[in-house]
Amino acid sequence: MPPSEEVLVHARGLTKRFGEFTAVDGVDFDVRTGEAFGFLGPNGAGKTSTMRMIACSSPISEGELSVIGMDPRRSSAQIKSRIGVVPQIDNLDAELTVRENLLMYARYFDIPGEIARQRTDELLDFVQLAERATDQVDPLSGGMKRRLTIARSLINDPELIILDEPTTGLDPQARHLVWERLYRLKQRGATLIITTHYMDEAEQLCDRLVVMDKARIVAEGSPRDLIEQYSTREVLEIRVSDAVRGTLNGLLDAIADRVEELPDRLLLYVGDGERALETVHQRQIPLESALVRRATLEDVFLRLTGRSLIE
Amino acid sequence: MTVTSLAPAARVLQRNLWVYRRTWRGSMLGSFLTPLLYLTAMGVGLGTLVSTSTAAFEGYEFVHFLGPGILAATCMQSAVFESTFPVLGKIAWRRNYEAILSTPLDVRHVLAGELLWVGFRVLSISSVFLLVLTLFGIPKWPFAILAVPSAILMGLAFSSVIIAFAATQRNGEGFSWVFRFIINPLFLFSGTFFPLTQLPDAVQWVAALTPLYHGVALVRGTVLGEPAFLGAWPLHIGYLVIMLAIGWTIAHRLLKRRLLS
Repeated sequence: MPPSEEVLVHARGLTKRFGEFTAVDGVDFDVRTGEAFGFLGPNGAGKTSTMRMIACSSPISEGELSVIGMDPRRSSAQIKSRIGVVPQIDNLDAELTVRENLLMYARYFDIPGEIARQRTDELLDFVQLAERATDQVDPLSGGMKRRLTIARSLINDPELIILDEPTTGLDPQARHLVWERLYRLKQRGATLIITTHYMDEAEQLCDRLVVMDKARIVAEGSPRDLIEQYSTREVLEIRVSDAVRGTLNGLLDAIADRVEELPDRLLLYVGDGERALETVHQRQIPLESALVRRATLEDVFLRLTGRSLIE
Repeated sequence: MTVTSLAPAARVLQRNLWVYRRTWRGSMLGSFLTPLLYLTAMGVGLGTLVSTSTAAFEGYEFVHFLGPGILAATCMQSAVFESTFPVLGKIAWRRNYEAILSTPLDVRHVLAGELLWVGFRVLSISSVFLLVLTLFGIPKWPFAILAVPSAILMGLAFSSVIIAFAATQRNGEGFSWVFRFIINPLFLFSGTFFPLTQLPDAVQWVAALTPLYHGVALVRGTVLGEPAFLGAWPLHIGYLVIMLAIGWTIAHRLLKRRLLS
């Protein structure tokens, strides 16, 4: 289902302060119905604080926020009854079984028993945990707990699902399984808001995203737009010895649109990576290694902030 | 609290009851054995030595005096315990409240739900206790049934204050302090084992200001059907109701600050 123009979450000048510290500094964004919207940024950028304000679990310090057309300051119970939340740290009920976790959560939403049981069974199937239904939660793997948390967030059939770093801490296989489930949700027309500091996650899942850094939004667009706007198509990564690095000044600027110097390697932003590599060879610059790759959101972030996403 | 906010609070109680389904047998056995052991060891064993004059115990045999006192003190201990580690665990370690607050429930419902749970625990503990006291021929029925709501009121008053304290804690260290320096002294010096008049004059009035003293007085008066103890019942009830109201207000504020920051 293509995203519509209807705005589900609307923020203007949204601000969160903790005493002297400003966690979110006047951000503006609109999330449209049916889209997967991402907040990409390093830890401490203000992503989680923004999420928590949307989820009505953190009071707004200043600015305007509307969620499904309602004001979190006045209608938190109504908003919460129509959204699903997957927090960064799992908060499943360790004293209940897998199935009881979903049934009990349904009770909090006041969902009638018959519907609750039916949805619980469907959701356990959806997240591939039906076989573990009567198990306790603690022995489940990290990926299973995450999937159960996602199933729990769907118990009230929410219009909006908020996921705070849904795959942080999971092994690659478990991540892919979570991504695949989220992709299915998206196909069914769910609106997703996802925070992440993984650029591959943002590229895989998000139709549109904002890049956050130091409490502010520094860029906005689709992953492809952002890469086109802030990076070249390809990147040539080279490693050289320190002695060689000292002799390079200016030499690479002639080859690349832009050069980014990282402690362990140099990134050359170029339209054609193979040709640039040829040129480097022609200039007889001794390389320890070289790699040509597509530009990613990581490069966008580096360009915008001068820092890597995961430090 | 309105009726509409009691229904969501009952969900929080229900959650605790679901967990309790797995442990209730052991818990009930404990509720039965505690009074039995106390009354046998202290009431009958020690009591036969100290009960030479009933005058010392307001005209009652020692075991009659002691039984209701231990009932109140045991209910206090359970209410306090339920409000310490289990509550802090749900705030900080297992984060149950965070999960619950992502649903339409709010902090009010969480607090009311936990108090309903404490009320349920005190209800079952005091009922079993009354049955054991009956084996010793102590309660004066049917008046004694009022000991149950009395114990519940006292339990809720303690619980609300301790939940407020739990909302300020990072780890469990503060609780051992509470048990060592507040709950244990209360247990010993609130008229549980002996009348306050046995204490030096200077500390009698301090003991009379403690919440357990008022709980013990209410429970003893109702169990024994003794107007002499109950003469001050509006004072005892008033004290505990005010404590509950203050505890509720502070607990609500502190939980809100802790959970919705």
